[in-house]
Amino acid sequence: MLEVQNLQLTLNGNSIINGLDLHVDRGEIHGILGENGTGKTTIANLIMGTNNYKPTAGKIIFEGQDIAGLSVSQRAQKGITLAWQEPARVEGLTVRDYLALSRHNGQADQLERFLLMVGLEPAQYLDRDIDATLSGGERKRIEMASVLAMRPKLAILDEPDSGIDIVALPLLLNSIMEMNKQGSSVLLITHSERVTEISHRVSILCAGTIIRTGPPAETSLWFKDNCRTCLHINEPVDEPK
Amino acid sequence: MIRYSVEKEYQGMIDAYEMAGGDKRALQTKDVAKLVVHENRVLANDPIKGLKIETKETKSGVSVKLIVEEGAKIPRPVHLCFGLLPKEGLQEIIMKVDAKDNSEVSVIAHCIFPNAVKVIHKMDADINIGANARFDYKETHYHGESGGIEVIPKAKVKVNKGGVWQSTFALSQGMVGKLDYDFEVVCLEKAIAELTVKVYGKGTDDIKIWEKIHLNGAGARGLAKSRVVLGDKARAEVRGETYGNAPYARGHVDCIELVNGTEAVATAIPIVSVTNGKAKVTHEAAIGSIDRKQVETLMARGLDEDRAVDVIVKGILR
Repeated sequence: MLEVQNLQLTLNGNSIINGLDLHVDRGEIHGILGENGTGKTTIANLIMGTNNYKPTAGKIIFEGQDIAGLSVSQRAQKGITLAWQEPARVEGLTVRDYLALSRHNGQADQLERFLLMVGLEPAQYLDRDIDATLSGGERKRIEMASVLAMRPKLAILDEPDSGIDIVALPLLLNSIMEMNKQGSSVLLITHSERVTEISHRVSILCAGTIIRTGPPAETSLWFKDNCRTCLHINEPVDEPK
Repeated sequence: MIRYSVEKEYQGMIDAYEMAGGDKRALQTKDVAKLVVHENRVLANDPIKGLKIETKETKSGVSVKLIVEEGAKIPRPVHLCFGLLPKEGLQEIIMKVDAKDNSEVSVIAHCIFPNAVKVIHKMDADINIGANARFDYKETHYHGESGGIEVIPKAKVKVNKGGVWQSTFALSQGMVGKLDYDFEVVCLEKAIAELTVKVYGKGTDDIKIWEKIHLNGAGARGLAKSRVVLGDKARAEVRGETYGNAPYARGHVDCIELVNGTEAVATAIPIVSVTNGKAKVTHEAAIGSIDRKQVETLMARGLDEDRAVDVIVKGILR
């Protein structure tokens, strides 16, 4: 479904993404595991086309078409969406309206279901504004609900667990699995091995490139043993992919 | 009661009222208090128990005296409709409001000038909110698309002990033209004032907003809030002033102006002043372009860029 080939991004002379190759299958939850500063959010922006990021080189192929030249809207209309690590707040836009404009051929009553799936009580949230009165965790869960409402072909989830308390984390992981059951492929970007447990495959990101891909348990263990204690962050050693 | 000779004129106002977002059924329902004024002619004046509306036609407009009797709780919103259907003209509204002690009323005013090319609409209001009375006032304008209108709403409001004044002035449909909004509120002990202005300027619209709140009584509270979005070559200057002059008075000035484009000009002048050591007044003012991340958030759900900006603008002016 998604094929990223030799992707490169150089900003102000600094190589941020460095020959990255990535393949996400239809129906797959693909975890991207990386420490801070390895380029996780940059990959999300490059695939979604946000933050004005354009690849210096390489291809982003989605369902057979190179989408690198498309706008954010065009990519979304093709079925890709992004849940931000720190979602925006929009004064005057209610949760109901936000979910409704995200909704893909759904019925109005389903908006409530999407909120329940992320552990939010619809009666308390549907008519609230997506503004500063929401906590970071509430805003993140609403972002997940809007992705569920959209039913994208590919959901890019950038650190969906950040700002989520330990009690709510299982709900969030369940909602990602539900999203996958609904038919969405998921690119699950995180620095937490716990979160990648629900993935089908996990890739490890270091210095803007994928250095290893494999089954979740094995790859997460390798990440824990090698990346958590790594003294050469952003200087990957030669490792088999 | 509707004058037969102006029935057609009245229908024109009702149609324009609906076009401006008003619910015309409210103007046709018998148990809803209403006042409809076209140019300097009173087309309908239907008071209700607990509420008197006295009017006097003048050469260039109408003098209106609106009295809410002591302790009266008006169950349904009172509808005021002012307007001018011709392309040119002057309408001056002199308004005196006396909401007596312990009364409660909500007033919805629609000011409609759908064909304005050279129109002046002035309102001078003198408003007294009695002790523990509550007065909600929402004024919405519709000016058509030519921008040939000058609107000058001015009000002096006194809110007595424990009273509440809440007003919203909204001008987000059609062109603004030239706006010179000037509302000044004095709050006595434990009185509350909330002023909100929401304006969408386009073309060469010229917008001046001046909100002043004097917190003169102990425990008085005030909020001067403005939301302005500008496009094209529109200009706006927003002055929000709050004065904390009594112990435990609390005030806040909250101004956001969004500039969409490269030629619009936005200015914000917040003034906060405290003359009592136990008072506290704060302010926040933000001027900038529409947040790119907000736009991209909506685009990532499939909206095109123009629609995303529209959703954000409508939200901020909601």
